Amino acid sequence: MTVTATRAPERRTETPQPSRERRPGRFLILAGLLVLLLLMVAPLLVVAVNAVKSPADYASHGPLSVPDHLYWTGIVDFWNRVDFGLKLWNSFLTSLVVAVLAVILSVFNAYALGIGRVKGRIWFLVFFLVANLLPQEVLVYPLYYLAKQLGLYDSLFSIIIIFTVVQSAFGTYLLTSVYTEFPKELLEAAAIDGAGRWRALWRVVVPVSRPTLAVLFTFFFIWTWNEFFLPLIFLISNDNQTVPVALGVLQGDRMMDATTTSASALIGIVPAMVFFLIFQRTLTRGIAAGAIK
Amino acid sequence: MKNRGYAVYLIPGIVASTAVIIVPLVMTIYISFTKWTGIGSPRWVGVENYTRLFEDANFWASFGHILLLIIAMAVVPTFLGLVLAAVLFDYVAKRFSDRWASALRSGYYLPQVLPVAVTGIIWGWILHPSYGALNRILAAAGLGSLARNWLGDPKYALYSVMAVMIWFQLGYPIVMFMSGLQRIDPELYEAADLDGATWWQRFRKITIAMIRPELYVVLVTTTIASLKIFGQIFVLTRGGPSNATLVPSYFAYKNFFEKAQVGYGSAISTVLTVLIVVLAFVFLRLQNRAERS
Repeated sequence: MTVTATRAPERRTETPQPSRERRPGRFLILAGLLVLLLLMVAPLLVVAVNAVKSPADYASHGPLSVPDHLYWTGIVDFWNRVDFGLKLWNSFLTSLVVAVLAVILSVFNAYALGIGRVKGRIWFLVFFLVANLLPQEVLVYPLYYLAKQLGLYDSLFSIIIIFTVVQSAFGTYLLTSVYTEFPKELLEAAAIDGAGRWRALWRVVVPVSRPTLAVLFTFFFIWTWNEFFLPLIFLISNDNQTVPVALGVLQGDRMMDATTTSASALIGIVPAMVFFLIFQRTLTRGIAAGAIK
Repeated sequence: MKNRGYAVYLIPGIVASTAVIIVPLVMTIYISFTKWTGIGSPRWVGVENYTRLFEDANFWASFGHILLLIIAMAVVPTFLGLVLAAVLFDYVAKRFSDRWASALRSGYYLPQVLPVAVTGIIWGWILHPSYGALNRILAAAGLGSLARNWLGDPKYALYSVMAVMIWFQLGYPIVMFMSGLQRIDPELYEAADLDGATWWQRFRKITIAMIRPELYVVLVTTTIASLKIFGQIFVLTRGGPSNATLVPSYFAYKNFFEKAQVGYGSAISTVLTVLIVVLAFVFLRLQNRAERS
């Protein structure tokens, strides 16, 4: 797996003391870390191996054997049974729209608070932070009730609105601290060129802060993809379920055998892993950015 | 006066947050003082739900379980993550290579990218008493006497969930701490080396001291995450067997959507919310004080 490199500062290249270099303990520590790594990824490997095993093979050889032959039927059957393509599309659409809208909303808020420094900005920040902190349980019933009244219940639209607001709370917090240190000269230059607030936002602020916005987009996308509680309550019909809801509800029914369960787990793991590989760089950078404040 | 005109950018954020966060929050607090099935109009009963709550053994049990989950989700991963991040940064990266360190870090982080519902499916299968991988592996290794009904026996269910949570959470502190460690000037370590400091001394005096901000962030976010835990419980045990793994969020969910006791469920989630907000403020105060000294 390719990994974001932790670039070493140049200074470190001075030769380490050779006496330390040859201690046998050196490899013991690495071996211990590798054992731990194996423990961490073992459940995923076991899932992958058994997802392509036939039920008969599992029954006679158990979970650790190599499959006699690749048995795709379990995955294909499960895929068709839950109409997984549709769930993938629902999840993808929801996450994408939420990520885009939540980034825009965060930019607006942070533009006013970080660059505009509107009056009472600390209180607005506290307001948005608390919104991010609240457990969804305290909002769920009224949201459920209101969605029903407005005819938005069991529609992706309801989930999109809610998560746009929930995610943008964190975005506002992070982006405001970034925009507080936004170079004033750039804004002044734009003003001299006759740009108003709106033009300055799109022509100067957004392009300059694009790396941070990419980080936020990634976070919002993955967080929304992984959400379970509210989608479980709001998206009840088969046509609207997202990936975690479809899988979670089926698991609750407990009507599956070992190989079907691992097949279902595998098709839930794969998209998450793909996003992880695509977004890896942004994610690590983003965690670093989030940690500073 | 040149900052005028930014306030309009706050309007979308304020309108959206009011509709999705503030109104539902106020509604839930109001409903918590009523008896309501979700249909018709709520009947005001004063603090009745709260007095009932404090006499409800299930309510106290659910918060007792949270204490154990805080150990599994916040305390253990933070401690292990601290040691692992230090070893990866200060030992593996220097004695072996940065690639090794970041490859191990990514591996440990892997469980974090999966949707919680999928995590639940993976472990629900591994820990299943009859067809699960763990019991089959134990039997194959001649340790069949250790096989248990991991999630179905009230004696072991919560501990099993704790083990799953440690596995799930470990990567987060490692990534956070390693990104914090990059701020440390390597000369600090070299100077300590020259002064003859042991690894443990350097760990305490340099590593921990330098990443204190990350330490706070990790502890706050993981503790709050354990208070809110829902998805894994829903998929793994649904609070059972006989409420052995009941947590506040699932307890509230049950009252909302299974028992139609919306007033009582609202009281539970209001208490949970108060607890989270208080905790967050206490942590923030502690963090501020630590930063000042």
